[in-house]
Amino acid sequence: MRYVAPSTLEEASAFLVDANGNGRVLAGGTDLLVQLRAGMANPDTIVDVKHIDELMTIKEEADGIRIGAAVCGQAMGEHAGLNNTWPGLVEATELIGSTQVQGRASAGGNLCNASPAADSVPAMIAAGAMISVYGPDGHRELAVENFATAPGKTNLKEGELITSIKLPKPAEHSGDAYLRMTPRTEMDIAIVGLGVALTLDSEGTVTAARVGLGAVAPTAMLVKEAGDALVGSKLDDEALERAAEACRKACNPINDKRGTIEYRTKIAGVLLKRVAKIAAERAGS
Amino acid sequence: MAKNHVTTTINGEPVEFLCETHETMLDVLRNDLGLTGSKEGCGSGDCGACSVMVDGRLACACLMLGAEAEGRSIETIEGMAAGEELHPLQKNFVKEAALQCGICTPGVLVAAKALLERNPDPTETEVRYWLAGNLCRCTGYDKIIRAVMDTAAEMRAN
Repeated sequence: MRYVAPSTLEEASAFLVDANGNGRVLAGGTDLLVQLRAGMANPDTIVDVKHIDELMTIKEEADGIRIGAAVCGQAMGEHAGLNNTWPGLVEATELIGSTQVQGRASAGGNLCNASPAADSVPAMIAAGAMISVYGPDGHRELAVENFATAPGKTNLKEGELITSIKLPKPAEHSGDAYLRMTPRTEMDIAIVGLGVALTLDSEGTVTAARVGLGAVAPTAMLVKEAGDALVGSKLDDEALERAAEACRKACNPINDKRGTIEYRTKIAGVLLKRVAKIAAERAGS
Repeated sequence: MAKNHVTTTINGEPVEFLCETHETMLDVLRNDLGLTGSKEGCGSGDCGACSVMVDGRLACACLMLGAEAEGRSIETIEGMAAGEELHPLQKNFVKEAALQCGICTPGVLVAAKALLERNPDPTETEVRYWLAGNLCRCTGYDKIIRAVMDTAAEMRAN
């Protein structure tokens, strides 16, 4: 097993191509090192991407904020611009692991690990975030909800890596929020995670809404029907119940020690109502 | 396969070492450099007994490869006291008996120091959340939290 630390995307991709399917990208390492130790991963080449500037910076652009794929959660939490525009995404990211994990783990890693219960992913889906990928065929972009294909699987092709995650600039009177349900308050894995991003008009009517739902299906997903149910409403009980029902319908969860199918499904609806209200409060302020 | 040659800074001193790729920073600290203050509890980033600072951020040394230390600055528990002079946190942990078996103590101290450097006036809730990644197998959390709160108050007064 060899360790390489390239400083350009081109070199990083070339190392992955050379490894012929047996290379792994190392960002924060909080998933990879656990897998190495458990014998679940045994790559020939480990490509440390933390020396590539583009992957390590948060950049405010005219039409949004671009987060380097290897930026750690703590650095996201320290970024004023990100906190002001997408507080829900920052909250979701800061729920991942301990302070020690926060100092290393990245949003790009959370995406690539492709856990159905990844906390940052439903929040990114709600925000309408786009993933930038670089590989042997150059750059491509795709929506966060189209990235994971199954637990632990993504549609990254050989030699490809995530370079950044782009969050759009929110319209006036927009807000986002994320909540998860865990059996314990800290250091646990979500049994449901739900993010909402919405925009209000001057009367307080929802004009746009996106709902991201995690931990209740093989991958986190966009629940379009739930967002649609909120649009045109002032988040009255009836609209919230329709959106909650759309979330419950989208659930296809596992049954495990953390939560039964029935419980996870019920909680998906409960969280939708709570999260939508927080997002609306932020949008109105 | 050739070993990785790493040049780094540990507790302010330049250090060079050779390591295999699979060796973690914790393996290197304990087995190669003789810095055994950082403990191995779980080896999977859950317990925090191997907490160190990497370029000013708290991290689990078990979740970092030794090779990654190239060009970085690492701080361990061995660098916390100034010679014979203990850090105020260390003094208060002794004074208030905020330890039982002691395995978690180095990691708790490193993590608590990082907290007080960022936030000299934390609430008890903030201390508890910040230290949520440091497990005490003796379950002696109450004294740990009190010692951190007392140290924070003392450092603010001085």
